[in-house]
Amino acid sequence: MSAHDEPLLECLLRLGDTDLVLAQRLGAWIGHGPVLEEDIALANVGLDLLGQARLWLGYAGEVEARLAGRGRSEDELAFLRDAPAFRNVQLVEQPNGDYAATMARQLYFDHAHLLLLQGLARSCDERVAAIAAKGVKEAQYHVERSSDWVVRLGDGTDESHARMQRAIDDLWPYTGELFAADAVDVALSDAGVTPALAPIEAAWHEAIGAVLDEATLIRPSGTWMHGRGHRGGKQGVHTEHLGHLLAEMQFLQRAYPGASW
Amino acid sequence: MSKTAVQSAAMPAAPHEAEWPLWEVFIRSQHGLAHKHVGSLHAPDAPLAIRNARDVYTRRNEGVSIWVVRSADVHASAPGDREPLFDPANDKVYRHPTFFPMPDEVKHL
Repeated sequence: MSAHDEPLLECLLRLGDTDLVLAQRLGAWIGHGPVLEEDIALANVGLDLLGQARLWLGYAGEVEARLAGRGRSEDELAFLRDAPAFRNVQLVEQPNGDYAATMARQLYFDHAHLLLLQGLARSCDERVAAIAAKGVKEAQYHVERSSDWVVRLGDGTDESHARMQRAIDDLWPYTGELFAADAVDVALSDAGVTPALAPIEAAWHEAIGAVLDEATLIRPSGTWMHGRGHRGGKQGVHTEHLGHLLAEMQFLQRAYPGASW
Repeated sequence: MSKTAVQSAAMPAAPHEAEWPLWEVFIRSQHGLAHKHVGSLHAPDAPLAIRNARDVYTRRNEGVSIWVVRSADVHASAPGDREPLFDPANDKVYRHPTFFPMPDEVKHL
């Protein structure tokens, strides 16, 4: 058991749950995408995130075993926890909405995700560094895709521009949580396990600003953010949407415990 | 009279205007091999056609390179021309390298 295991477990759940919940959201587009090609592309992104979630949650189970003697499996963590035990950021549990809403959510997440993974790839924890390094390549493609769609829709027709601007505005207040460092973040960044969030926030604002400029969209100026005062998704406080998402995602394991195929 | 006929008569210009054009996709599976036609897809322009091809046709590690070309830019031989185009080659066995006997001394040809 290492000195940082307690914050590390918390951090791994945050990383894994955020990937898992967004993967579930993206999976809901399957069969509903605007065209077949987008359908498959979104499924691919979702599956990339699901793969990363499995690695983070698998490691979380090992750290939990070091702390408590027994650690839960990735399936137990994914299917047998209730909403307050989930540690994903609130941004990713927001509903799919129209394609603009899905792409705005993805734009905000993908840029933060890539910057975070690039920092985590330099972690002093070898497992964290290895998992992050694998995810960086996937995240680079995700960033390219969502940025491109936001530009196409923002700089598209009057209707696509209006919808894209609305989605960018609506989801903006959920972005503050991505960079709000609490005691867990500070303990781990001081120990060199995770990168400091302040420089990531600055880089994120720069990248998002560039995309929005190219998309002829106005960058939201609001500073009020959800999940303030360390009462956000990372601390287990969620919006009404997560419970519904989990009900669907967990139904099978809850109704038929241990079912597999 | 079918409804479709009425509708298409009502919009004579580009009835499929709203649809993305079709692209043919070619994937090179490894270095040294030629690009091979794998299928087609819809996309509004070339960069997105390449990205869509990546997502639709290289999910299982199939490729190292992608070409896309607008299906409208592909010109094909007419099926009705098959006999004059291809049949004359049938009886010209000397065009195959195996037609010519090679001396035993020549190996690895």
